[in-house]
Amino acid sequence: MRYPRWFWPAASLPGVAWLALFFVLPLYAILAIALGSVDPLLQTVRPAWNPLDWDTAAFDFVFEGLLGGGGFQKVFVRTFAYVAVALVLTLLIAYPVAYFVARHGGRWKGLLLAGLVAPFFISYLMRMLSWINLLQEDGWVNDALAWLHLVDEPINWLDGRASSVVLGLVYGYVPFMILPLYAFLDRVDPRLLEAARDLGASPAEAFRMVTLPLSVPAVLAGTVIVALPMFGDYYTPDLLSGSPNTSMIGNQVNLYIRGGQQVPVGAALVCVLMVVLLVLMLYYLVATARVARRAGQA
Amino acid sequence: MSRGSAWRRPWGLALFTLAYLAWSIVPILVAIRFSFNEGRSRSTAQGWSTRWYWGDPDLSVWHDPTLYQALLQSLRLAAIAIAVAVPLGVALAVGLTRWRGRGAGTSRFVSLFPLVTPELVMGVSLFLVFTSLLTFVELGTVAQAVGHVTFSISFVVIIVRGRLLSIGKDYEEAAMDLGASPVQALRMALLPLLTPAILASAIVVFAISMDDFVISQYLSAGSGTDTVPVRIYANARGAPTPALNALASLTLAVTLALAAALFLVWRTARSRQGVRGAAVEDLAGFETS
Repeated sequence: MRYPRWFWPAASLPGVAWLALFFVLPLYAILAIALGSVDPLLQTVRPAWNPLDWDTAAFDFVFEGLLGGGGFQKVFVRTFAYVAVALVLTLLIAYPVAYFVARHGGRWKGLLLAGLVAPFFISYLMRMLSWINLLQEDGWVNDALAWLHLVDEPINWLDGRASSVVLGLVYGYVPFMILPLYAFLDRVDPRLLEAARDLGASPAEAFRMVTLPLSVPAVLAGTVIVALPMFGDYYTPDLLSGSPNTSMIGNQVNLYIRGGQQVPVGAALVCVLMVVLLVLMLYYLVATARVARRAGQA
Repeated sequence: MSRGSAWRRPWGLALFTLAYLAWSIVPILVAIRFSFNEGRSRSTAQGWSTRWYWGDPDLSVWHDPTLYQALLQSLRLAAIAIAVAVPLGVALAVGLTRWRGRGAGTSRFVSLFPLVTPELVMGVSLFLVFTSLLTFVELGTVAQAVGHVTFSISFVVIIVRGRLLSIGKDYEEAAMDLGASPVQALRMALLPLLTPAILASAIVVFAISMDDFVISQYLSAGSGTDTVPVRIYANARGAPTPALNALASLTLAVTLALAAALFLVWRTARSRQGVRGAAVEDLAGFETS
């Protein structure tokens, strides 16, 4: 017996239908609302489902603010700066940790891995809450700094500081960078490194000339995994700063979508953000598909 | 030349890793410590009590409905996400892996796209579609459940698909050669082989559903349907008492206990099939996929 031709498409149908209805259609709704209008009397959004009715007023507004040096430009530049600094710090922390556990974990590997996986079971918001506790004016961070004589007066770390927001982003997303790096570094064939040593390389040279170049795709994948949620973050600045001076793209989206009167502007902002991130998203999907294909052939 | 002399133990790296783990975990322990405070401070140690768990007649987690309702809502959504997303995702993974022909490529692409879509985009898009087109779905538990299922499906697909690719088609074909119908072959040959992957995907769905904040917040209908992360967000800056820490700690304990239970079931199913190696490592692999 063989499976009838319709069998596999039929098995996929419920899942595909679900995603079409609750993933693809909503994405189109963002576009239709960004290109729609707001009812002047009822203040409700009127989406333009038909491309013939599209009205670019909201996009015009966003691009004006973005290119004309207005508020949006400031927020976009700030978001890119925060994400860039946070990504560099994340990578500087994640790579050595992943490398050590993968190559030198030895009999402690299981325990170390449990430590690396633990943050996945602790809600991101609780992890931010614990920093809110620590960074209060009478909190333990100030106590420690005073004890070390680094500060004379307790500092309010939560009153709109870029450093607190970046710390939150790094703390929040490091685990997501460590695991893909670990998964890759754990699979590097030790014989390649032995060969490099036999040919006269020092351990540092073997790392620089073999491990590091091999790990570039894993570094890129980890960077994308971490960068995507960072670009859509609004809660980290809200919780660790709360000031408009550290507002990111996500905060602006939040403001317009919930604000009521200018929902199309919020939707247009989401569209612009999506276009910016599309390169990252497609890179990741193509890279994963390649790995899956290779696994299928093996 | 022995390995030991060729590769010195990197003590610097070991120290760095330990420092990272301490930095990662100590703040959580501190937050748990403050949940047992006797006083109202959430930033200094003030004795020990269970006042904020159940002692306080108004403000403790046990007595404040906005707090314990949040935990129940989080658990409710996680249960629905597992119950709906796992079957949908397994069928989708099996179908997409075997289906060749028109529409298969697009479907495969769509099934993985939610993995890389920022939560903010999904949250906004579902919020807008439920408030302007599919208005029969009211904001609240149903809308939130739809959101949780939607972002969970892709994780199930990618985990089950990985296992399917390594199993191959031989077992089903052997079953059918022995007289099984296609459905029997699926049920009796393939499904048992997939059980560990299915359980692993249930763990991951549980973890990401409990952790979700953006979608739960965008689709919440007000404090009655707030989940724990939404409540933490709402109260974190203003909350006057450690009851919020108690709620977060309690949620963490419940999450870890349930995840550990699922983990044990999964490990048993896995070793019954003769898969060896550290189970933690495999789970770490799934979390990244």
